[in-house]
Amino acid sequence: MLKTIGLRSVDDLFAPIPAEYRLTRDLNIPRQMAESEIVDFFRQRSRENGDGYTSFLGAGAYFHYRPVIIDSLISRGEFLTAYTPYQAEISQGTLQSIFEFQTMICELTGMEVANASMYDGSTAAAEGVMMAVRLTGRRSVVVARSLHPEYREVLATYATHQGMPLSVAGFGDDGRVNLRELEKLITPETACVLIQSPNFFGTIEDVAAIADIAHKHGAMLVVSIAEAVSLGIVEPPREADVIAMEAQSFGVPLGFGGPYCGVIATREKYVRQMPGRLVGQTVDKQGKRGFVLTLATREQHIRREKATSNICTNQALVALMVNIFMTVYGKVGLKELAKQNLAKAVYAAGQFAKHGKVLFGGTPRFNEFVVQTSEDPYAINSRLLGHKMVGGLPLKKFYPELGNAALWCCTELTTRSAIDTAVGLVAESERSVRSSSTKEEVEEVAR
Amino acid sequence: MKHITRKATRHVNQNEGLIFEKSSAGKAAWKLPPLDVPEVDTAALLGASERKDLGNMPEVSEIEIIRHFTRLSTWNYAIDLGMYPLGSCTMKYNPRVNEAVARVEGIANGHPYQPEKISQGALHIIKTLSEQLIEITGMDVITLQPAAGAHGEMTGLLMVRAYHQSKGNARKKILIPDSAHGTNPATAAMVNYAVENLKSDSRGMVDIAALEAQMNEDVAALMLTNPNTLGVFEQDIHKIADILHAKGGLLYMDGANMNALVGKVRPGDFGVDVMHLNLHKTFSTPHGGGGPGSGPVAIKKALEPFLPTPVVTTKSDGTLGFDYNRPLSVGRVRAFYGNFGMFVRALAYIQANGPDGLRQTTEDAVLNANYIRKGLEGTYDLPYSTPTMHEVVFSDKVQLKKGVRTMDIAKRLIDYGFHPYTTAFPLIVPGALMIEPTESESKEEMDLFIEAMKSIAEEVEEDPQTVLDAPHSTRVSRLDETAAARKPVLRWKPAM
Repeated sequence: MLKTIGLRSVDDLFAPIPAEYRLTRDLNIPRQMAESEIVDFFRQRSRENGDGYTSFLGAGAYFHYRPVIIDSLISRGEFLTAYTPYQAEISQGTLQSIFEFQTMICELTGMEVANASMYDGSTAAAEGVMMAVRLTGRRSVVVARSLHPEYREVLATYATHQGMPLSVAGFGDDGRVNLRELEKLITPETACVLIQSPNFFGTIEDVAAIADIAHKHGAMLVVSIAEAVSLGIVEPPREADVIAMEAQSFGVPLGFGGPYCGVIATREKYVRQMPGRLVGQTVDKQGKRGFVLTLATREQHIRREKATSNICTNQALVALMVNIFMTVYGKVGLKELAKQNLAKAVYAAGQFAKHGKVLFGGTPRFNEFVVQTSEDPYAINSRLLGHKMVGGLPLKKFYPELGNAALWCCTELTTRSAIDTAVGLVAESERSVRSSSTKEEVEEVAR
Repeated sequence: MKHITRKATRHVNQNEGLIFEKSSAGKAAWKLPPLDVPEVDTAALLGASERKDLGNMPEVSEIEIIRHFTRLSTWNYAIDLGMYPLGSCTMKYNPRVNEAVARVEGIANGHPYQPEKISQGALHIIKTLSEQLIEITGMDVITLQPAAGAHGEMTGLLMVRAYHQSKGNARKKILIPDSAHGTNPATAAMVNYAVENLKSDSRGMVDIAALEAQMNEDVAALMLTNPNTLGVFEQDIHKIADILHAKGGLLYMDGANMNALVGKVRPGDFGVDVMHLNLHKTFSTPHGGGGPGSGPVAIKKALEPFLPTPVVTTKSDGTLGFDYNRPLSVGRVRAFYGNFGMFVRALAYIQANGPDGLRQTTEDAVLNANYIRKGLEGTYDLPYSTPTMHEVVFSDKVQLKKGVRTMDIAKRLIDYGFHPYTTAFPLIVPGALMIEPTESESKEEMDLFIEAMKSIAEEVEEDPQTVLDAPHSTRVSRLDETAAARKPVLRWKPAM
């Protein structure tokens, strides 16, 4: 090949690079490894990474069963190793599956259009808010404190340089957005209100009431959904103007936080301000149905600095996992799946309530709940770890006002015996704290 | 059609409607275990929030789902089927060991909030990949948090802004060459910088005189792709860096074309201050029909305080953990820690290659692009004769005389069994054909490609209509994109 090109050595190919910058040594990285060594390396890392633990963690990343056919199908090279479907004639597989994905997201969210995916739930929420800013011509945003704290952080990062002032509406004793406080924060400059439902505590927000308040003041309502399985049994936020979703629960592995699958869904009239790719139906020269990427004039490769977003690469293969999951469970299965999640959480919360305090009890919730304990949840959790169990997420870091509280999650994979064991360990902790405090009192009296 | 029948064949498979069109009540592909806790009364628990109906969600059996998606898959082209010479996209082979290790139990099922004590495996992977990417780029520090290239650009420019802000002036604009990817200007806008275009010179490189004239204290950074989108290495790179640095500006490098450099030259050594990588291009993680990607951002020491939170650190007891306490951070750009599954695949790729393998990968990628350039020079117009690195850009100037444009040639290439090259980009070349073979292609595959391209050029002369009407061999012919955009149908609806 070198001879064909008319060169003597490979080095001649790199002549355009000034000699002083050319690397004259090996990169300082380990030698080539055989496939068996690579597999060994990652098996070893796996053993150091919570393999074999039972977990009660949720908080925006949920452990649901993944039907095996998801991986069988997404491993097909024609899906796995294809690029973005710009060349429609040889991308109909990807395009049609995205069209089905968009349809099912619309069915589940009650919205009219959905895009082909965003990076994740947090960036989808931020982009959903920016959409509302463009649509209303207003700039400020009211965010619920019951929105995932890391989603709030991401929004703050995006908002800083967009000139979008943020204010935060707290939650009441019922674990939901404090409506009076919310209304006070809305001004004629408020572009939108951003909430999550079920919210970070697992509690279902009064979406209709919040929508009324927002709309009364000419602001839009953006609703984030972090636990997609809730859509099987919880009424979707139909009053929302934009829904920004995380679809990880639908067949996407936890994978230490990513890749996941964000989605934005909205009303048809807002579609031209939507970020991200969209697939539309059309016909070919013979009138045969086919699918193409469409409304690209919103996007960066056409509009450059005037685009609705800079997003290019999205989460297509993950959206395909979500698509297959939705197809497997379908109209009946999703409902039954959601019911099991609800039943497990109801049972667990009931058991915990016998020993600790379950917060926000009177409000409807899905598969997460907050347990307040006498002992620091970090201490409780380190004891659970000894039983190969990961307890609920301690909330001190995000919500110091809740004291010794932790966010527990149950899914269809959480067994009754695991719940009973965890409850038993928490009960033990409560008893020992109580008896030691009694002892202290006794000692004080004695002194 | 005479040219193609020798090389490519067609085969029949079933038509496949939308999944909703196969649905009927009672079919199911799921089964849940019996409930081991008491049943609940959902109406009583949820009240008005209870959902009664799931609308038009499908009901189908497992074999129907398998056939549905398998049939759909056969309508796609893919790297696994043949050369995919999309310039700027680096469509290289996606090794299957990457997929296998990403699915090992503890790696696939690790929860992002599980205690650090039982997350040492994942943290070890993040740390190891970080260190190796730093060595490969010659930079000082890195964040793996951004989810894709454009997200990395945003993260990089946020750090650029924070850096200037810390010096008292955030500055106003970003210089972007006219050959740049569309994400560059779109990103600058998201970080509230104005965009100023920078002209290319006759060699297709940054015009040094123009840069000198446009550079001033309002410029925060120059966003440069190197090699640029013509596949040309910016030979005056250090002069460019000096001009920027002299006025306090920073050099941002879009690492989309890093496949031309790994193991041969390091951006950190030629004056780059901030850069992003695309793990889904250079480091072999699959494109998956449009994503997921991963866009780590590597920076010089001076920008370290501004890294997104959290940052992986080694604690006093030698274990790894996350550091959230970084007061000067630009904040978070994504929940959790980034597209971790892509880190696993990229690290497996680096391990499989080692220093010698990575160097050879780059050499082969550049050799392949030059081989294609040689093979097609004379048949297609080469607007810039500057030496080619990993990709080569032709134009349709010769074929346009017969009314045939780059997109027509691209569509005809489909009939020869190849995915088209990138069309009509970069914008500085009218009617561009941008070809990037990557290191994955053998001489045999490239010869087939060159032969196909030459054959199409002949067809343009003898029978241009065949090319204009292409593709002829696909399930659907050219689709009406105008109609799709004019009256968008973005979801299926049941017939009334």
